[in-house]
Amino acid sequence: MSAHAGTTASSSAAAPLSWKPFAVLAIFLIIGPSLIYPVFLMKALCFALFACAFNILLGFTGLLSFGHAAFLGMASYVSAHAAKVWGLTPELAILFGTAIAMVLGLVIGMLTIRSRGIYFSNITLAFAQMVFFFCLQAKFTGGEDGIQSVARGRLFGLISLQSDMVMYAFVAVIFFLSFLLIYRIIHSPFGQVLRAVRENEARATSLGYKVEHYKLAAFVLSATLVGLAGAVKALVFQLASLTDVSWQMSGEVVLMTLLGGVGTIFGPAVGALVIVSMENYLAELGSWVTVIQGVIFVLCVMFFRRGIVGTLMDLWSKRNAH
Amino acid sequence: MKKLYQTMLAGAFLAVAAVPAYAQQYSGPPLKLGVLSDMSGLYADLSGPGSVIAAKLAIEDFGAAAKGMKVEVIGGDHQNKADVGASIARQWYDQDGVDVILDVPNSAVALAVNDITKEKNKIFLNSGAASSDLTGSKCTPNTIHWAYDTWMLANGTGKALVKQGGDTWFFLTADYAFGYALERDTSAVVQKEGGKVAGSVRVPLNTQDFSSFLLQAQASKAKVIGLANAGGDTTNSIKGAAEFGITKAGQKLAGLLVDINDVHALGLPVAQGLTFTDGWYWDTNDDTRKFAERFSKLNNGKYPGKIHAGVYSSVYHYLKAVYAINAKADGATVVKKMKELPTEDSVMGKGTVRVDGRQIHPVYLVEVKKPEESKKPWDYYKILTTIPADEAFRPLKDGGCSLVN
Repeated sequence: MSAHAGTTASSSAAAPLSWKPFAVLAIFLIIGPSLIYPVFLMKALCFALFACAFNILLGFTGLLSFGHAAFLGMASYVSAHAAKVWGLTPELAILFGTAIAMVLGLVIGMLTIRSRGIYFSNITLAFAQMVFFFCLQAKFTGGEDGIQSVARGRLFGLISLQSDMVMYAFVAVIFFLSFLLIYRIIHSPFGQVLRAVRENEARATSLGYKVEHYKLAAFVLSATLVGLAGAVKALVFQLASLTDVSWQMSGEVVLMTLLGGVGTIFGPAVGALVIVSMENYLAELGSWVTVIQGVIFVLCVMFFRRGIVGTLMDLWSKRNAH
Repeated sequence: MKKLYQTMLAGAFLAVAAVPAYAQQYSGPPLKLGVLSDMSGLYADLSGPGSVIAAKLAIEDFGAAAKGMKVEVIGGDHQNKADVGASIARQWYDQDGVDVILDVPNSAVALAVNDITKEKNKIFLNSGAASSDLTGSKCTPNTIHWAYDTWMLANGTGKALVKQGGDTWFFLTADYAFGYALERDTSAVVQKEGGKVAGSVRVPLNTQDFSSFLLQAQASKAKVIGLANAGGDTTNSIKGAAEFGITKAGQKLAGLLVDINDVHALGLPVAQGLTFTDGWYWDTNDDTRKFAERFSKLNNGKYPGKIHAGVYSSVYHYLKAVYAINAKADGATVVKKMKELPTEDSVMGKGTVRVDGRQIHPVYLVEVKKPEESKKPWDYYKILTTIPADEAFRPLKDGGCSLVN
């Protein structure tokens, strides 16, 4: 892309890769399943990846897409179909679902990336609704039933994923690697340009960057990783359904990201964990869960706009400053 | 978890219950039943919290406490989403020690639960979902289907209407497993009786405005509009048809799955004259009337329908089988015992569980009364015919269930 890409690497945010948070994450991933129900944990990880990938766009590029459910849901349908009907091995099914999300991301991205602000959000929403309607009507998605009883199959044709613990290990590795990848992207020169675009698009343009190329690349990256989350989710639950492609899902990921801390690396993952836990452990309250989520959202916007992780980081740096 | 619906039944009863000298004491582990239902959506009235009540009444009537059986009932809301239902089912089996899942209105969710139950070798006693595939192509050694199914509804209603001259049909079909099964089963009956199917349109679940679909049905000029939907969707389409004057213009509506709670929601002035098949009616004998009265007191005055009766009967029969085995047994073993024993309780009467998992009992072809014919609250049905058990349900050999031979 631009010849300038390499020159921004020396700015302050491109600090050397800090290993501490990753060590904490790895420990959490290892001891997690002995404390928490592994299927729930896998669900949380899928949503955490979903939110982190979404954050590439919202947090680091400053684009609010309201249609990311399209990538999650489509990848989930495609990988479920590939695993169930075509009998692909799980890693191929996941790759295939992810690739479809990437292509979809490229198409939708090319058509939407020139619009800005609320128009961008609305157009992405419109595309997501088209995808939803396609999934509702297409034969292979099974309407309201979704694609059910998808076999988890054998990883590389060798390791059976039927046991929840084996599946968990697989999901945890995928999540960890994706997380590293996101971290790498954000702290690369490319990530620096994305931030420049977020802060001041006109200035980035005047510096000679082809802003739209960068935005499109971020969009496609985000869509691809969201697709990965969706494809894995379909195999975890052995089910792909309309829930993942509905507009509520696009809203939920915004909530997760804002609650956890937009523009922080770990924030969206924490936000996802909080929201998924609430839905799981407060399920008995029925529709009150939505009300509680709404209240939390309002509190978050009014009192701690940097989200859970952002606020904690502020407190931490204040303490260290003394 | 799920404290809202949760009850611990045993404890208190155990302490005071006088144990009859002849009764053998149950010595197996405590049992946990999960009612997985639509607790607040379009199927909440015909199943929902009422099913939890029905399960508790069955435990009480079986005298579980006196027999030394500790039985707990919990409820869960699947929100009519297969993924939500599947994850609750998984968690119940893996984490919460649930032995049996009950009810599960919504065939899409039920099919998911059906698979998971087989995988975990637990028990699924379905009375909420209608799809006849649960005892046909998708049958498992762990599932029993109570109360009704799409074949039974289609067979009763379809035959009766074609005989009355309704020989061309157009379907409004709920766009998921249940709707497809109901449309398929009804079309087969209509064609077998010499009628024709003019067409069908698929309608998303939980639709509020049926006008565009009803207009297609009207344009088809079919004599009968078959409503292959349920709950709130059925009442909405019947109301819509009344508003468009479709029924006045001569087309007949066939509610294929109508529940007494739907009739209550519509009111007799709108619902009168509807002819359909129902798996159970509260006002058939003293026992059913007594059950209805107890039930309605606990359920805000709403009377039980076939699904509630099915939950009651299935829990009662399950307890009977576990009591007979008197030890910890896996799902398939208990279900096998349930198939051996004849079913009998005060609510559903006598019946049997077939090898494919179909529980059979007599069902009714009913007509909704005119407002002036209704003498007391919930006095809604005129029973036209009682269809005997062996004719009411799909013959064993036609289902394509792998357990048959």
